[in-house]
Amino acid sequence: MAMTLLRVQGLCVAYGGIQAVRGIDFEVAEGELVCLIGANGAGKSSTLKGLMGLVRPQGEIWFAGERLHRLATHAIVARGLAMVPEGRGIFGRLTVAENLEMGAYLRRDRDGIRADIARAYDLFERLAERRGQLAGTLSGGEQQMLAIARAMMGRPRLLLLDEPSMGLAPLMVQKIHQTIASIASEGVTILLVEQNAHMALALSHRAYVMESGVMTLSGAAAELRGNADLRAAYLGE
Amino acid sequence: MDIFTQQLINGLVLGSIYALVALGYTMVYGILELINFAHGEVTMIGAMVALTVIGVVMGAAPDLPGLMMVAAGLLVAIPACMALAFGIEKVAYRPLRRAPRLAPLITAIGVSIILQNLAMLVWGRQYISFPPILPHNQHEFLGAHITDLQIFIVLISLLTMAILVLLVEKTRLGRAMRATAQSKEVAELMGVNVDRVISATFVIGAAIAAVAGVMVSAYYGLAHYYMGFMLGLKAFSAAVLGGIGNIAGAMLGGLLLGVIEALGAGYIGDLTGGFLGSHYQDVFAFFVLILVLVFRPSGLLGERVAHRA
Repeated sequence: MAMTLLRVQGLCVAYGGIQAVRGIDFEVAEGELVCLIGANGAGKSSTLKGLMGLVRPQGEIWFAGERLHRLATHAIVARGLAMVPEGRGIFGRLTVAENLEMGAYLRRDRDGIRADIARAYDLFERLAERRGQLAGTLSGGEQQMLAIARAMMGRPRLLLLDEPSMGLAPLMVQKIHQTIASIASEGVTILLVEQNAHMALALSHRAYVMESGVMTLSGAAAELRGNADLRAAYLGE
Repeated sequence: MDIFTQQLINGLVLGSIYALVALGYTMVYGILELINFAHGEVTMIGAMVALTVIGVVMGAAPDLPGLMMVAAGLLVAIPACMALAFGIEKVAYRPLRRAPRLAPLITAIGVSIILQNLAMLVWGRQYISFPPILPHNQHEFLGAHITDLQIFIVLISLLTMAILVLLVEKTRLGRAMRATAQSKEVAELMGVNVDRVISATFVIGAAIAAVAGVMVSAYYGLAHYYMGFMLGLKAFSAAVLGGIGNIAGAMLGGLLLGVIEALGAGYIGDLTGGFLGSHYQDVFAFFVLILVLVFRPSGLLGERVAHRA
């Protein structure tokens, strides 16, 4: 078994008095694609925000042997995590190219950045065609492509994806699906949060199921796809 | 002499100073949605520090060319204002980052009063005159007069604005500032230290304010601990006129406001049959502010403020 890249113990996230995440434990191994599924409001997005320090979590977060809890978000990014936020979070009044450059904000290797931008354009032709346009003029699917490409510009060791298929047409969902698979095949570790459990389980090695702020199930994705309870609850069968 | 051309020139000169001060308001608003009412006072401190330095230099080396003396004043005033703004942000605004919007606004007014009183204690209540060290030669220009000083002010202002535009559009810091203005959270996710970008925004605005303070005291030939109040309000009006949060808007708004004021002052006597004189000049800025707020609250170049404010 590969080395554990991310280990989370007793993670709690609260907004004011409301507990969104109530003490969860989970792990992601190097090179793994793990998904976190659950209904709306289960605490999935809050878990990611807690990992990135966007909200102040309680509990312990260890990444490659280093503790992340209590670090500022930009310091967490500097340690090799990247997140594609829910709703994509592109900079609408920056151009496509500038958005990609923002993704490489902490890098100083100009040649490497240039090469990675060229690679992003190869991967996503639509972005290449629109590199000089304001990102706000892109369609929803193109914006999602840009958000993922931008996150990859930081060459992260762990990529967090928050509902990348949300609000997209089926064809676009498929394209995103392929993109995630190809990023994973390059060896990038991925933690994928999804409401679309079909897609998430089809892509992942392992899965965790969240409900009302706690983990209720976990296991190999293939096993969970056969789990009768899960099928009833999330796959609508 | 052509009054219209003359007032147009005067207005553009004054307007270029308004534009400089307006930039500081608009940059901070763009990132924090805070109206930094202490910004006018930072401008005043810039003028005071520069005048003090110029006085010292005149005493030590009276034969130095005037431009060099002013440059020496600027070289001290700019970092002084930058340090001041850095401190103000850290002490007065940062602790209120998550507070309701009214709290930092009231704090800004408080900081402004503190700075005025400090300046009064240090430099006194009386007007301080700007020594006539800059060339004042008049030139004929399209049937009007323009002085060396006016040309100097416009050139320095344009240069300052050009540097700012390059910084915001072409540098890594500028890109981070624009990204932070759109979303602090996502900027953090890119690895931007948002607190540092906010500090930088205040500091850059203050550097520009120092330049404006020196220009305005050179233009009027005086400085006073209260000078930042009216200048700040007018520059704020200029920023709103151009669309607050928008850098090009601040420049446009400043220039336009200067021209409106100068033309208003030039013609108000004729228009009212001598009933109102050119000392009503200050009225125009606020008249424009009211008109903008009523008819186009997002300003000339702004798009996004109307639905947010």
